[in-house]
Amino acid sequence: MSHKALSRNQIAWRAAQDLEDGMVVNLGLGMPVLCANFRPEGREVLLQSENGVLGVGPVATPEQEDRDLTDAGSQLITLIPGASIFSSSDSFAMIRGGHIDVTLLGGFEVAENGDLANWDAEIPGKGPLIGGAMDLAVGAKEVRIMMQHTTRDGAPRLLEQCRYKLTAPNCVKRIYTDLAVVDVTADGFMVCEMIDGLGREELQARSGAKLRFADNCKVLATPDV
Amino acid sequence: MIDKRVASIEEALAGLGDGMTIMFGGFGGAGVPINLMRALPAIPAKDLTIVSNSVRFLEDYAHALFEEKRVKHAVASAARSRGSASGISELQLADGTLTLDNSPQGSFAERIRAGGAGIPAFYTPTGVGTPVAEGKEHREFNGQMCVLEHALTADFTLMRADRADRYGNLYFRGTQGNFGRDMAAAAKCTVVEVREIVDDLLPTADIHVPGVFVKRIIQLPDARDA
Repeated sequence: MSHKALSRNQIAWRAAQDLEDGMVVNLGLGMPVLCANFRPEGREVLLQSENGVLGVGPVATPEQEDRDLTDAGSQLITLIPGASIFSSSDSFAMIRGGHIDVTLLGGFEVAENGDLANWDAEIPGKGPLIGGAMDLAVGAKEVRIMMQHTTRDGAPRLLEQCRYKLTAPNCVKRIYTDLAVVDVTADGFMVCEMIDGLGREELQARSGAKLRFADNCKVLATPDV
Repeated sequence: MIDKRVASIEEALAGLGDGMTIMFGGFGGAGVPINLMRALPAIPAKDLTIVSNSVRFLEDYAHALFEEKRVKHAVASAARSRGSASGISELQLADGTLTLDNSPQGSFAERIRAGGAGIPAFYTPTGVGTPVAEGKEHREFNGQMCVLEHALTADFTLMRADRADRYGNLYFRGTQGNFGRDMAAAAKCTVVEVREIVDDLLPTADIHVPGVFVKRIIQLPDARDA
């Protein structure tokens, strides 16, 4: 069988479909921030950025750019009506106090018990960057991860145990990859959706821990975004 | 009469010396005290501890501090320099010239808030089960394991705001406030560079940081325009 893995935008589109009306969501750097472009119409989803914004709007157009209005990734942003701006400690009171419904974060590795590693890839000569990842992983009500299913070299990222240093133990609920949507359950990884043209054995071969497949495992289909 | 205005960078940084701890506001490019950072290398102070969410802003604007090995310790959530090559702070971390207290950003912010509020330490679940909790006191609350994090205080805080008045009251534009709002209270001497010192006093609704936390204000143009 032949298959076509999802693009970064398609992974983001899929993850965005699970954001419900009324949710407060923090999007991590990298692929997660792309979800802002694919929020389903008619749903009010409030985006929080850890530099102290609730109600992040679209990235600023050149005419809208204001150097003093940024998100945590240094992008120049706009605000939606009703947005608020606050201190870093208030921002993390929001995050650590359980006021964020969902955080979507990038990941290096996820273990079958929900352990997450996403902050230190141990690149020689490069310093560590924790940022807000540990706080979000512990404090958000639900942690969802977006990442490629395997590394560039084809090594699995869904593992029995993380090899990299942990961001937080037992925190991941759902993983969106270019091949599948996988939930972390008490019994390990459970595939809910997978792309067409890829066999279950092939997906298993690209994973470093045992996969189970939901009874109603669906085709992971996205528009060509 | 209360008047916290100073006319020169020399006055703004007077008293800054060896062995001191300096906090720096700013995040994502907003609220970074670029003018004050640039002035730092001219102050003859060494064995400094810096408290800054990211080390790289100081590397960008006060590179000589690292070249001259005058920073001995950093407290930061991010210690990654720009680009794929090693920055000077990364090289110094690797060879031990510089030591790092790598703090999760929320713990970092709360440690500063606590420092300014007279709270010496607090427990948090953030970091448990990771390298940042190693060697720290652990205690379980309501079935959740937590780690003890100690407050951060400083001799100086350097930060940028948009407007100030002679009381030291501060008004921020956009997301300038970030860590500065917390750091203002956590230092003995908080120095704020602002675009404008207003002639009168700021309207109450515009005051984001009460002047009581601020010692010196100096009007300096936005360094990004230079």
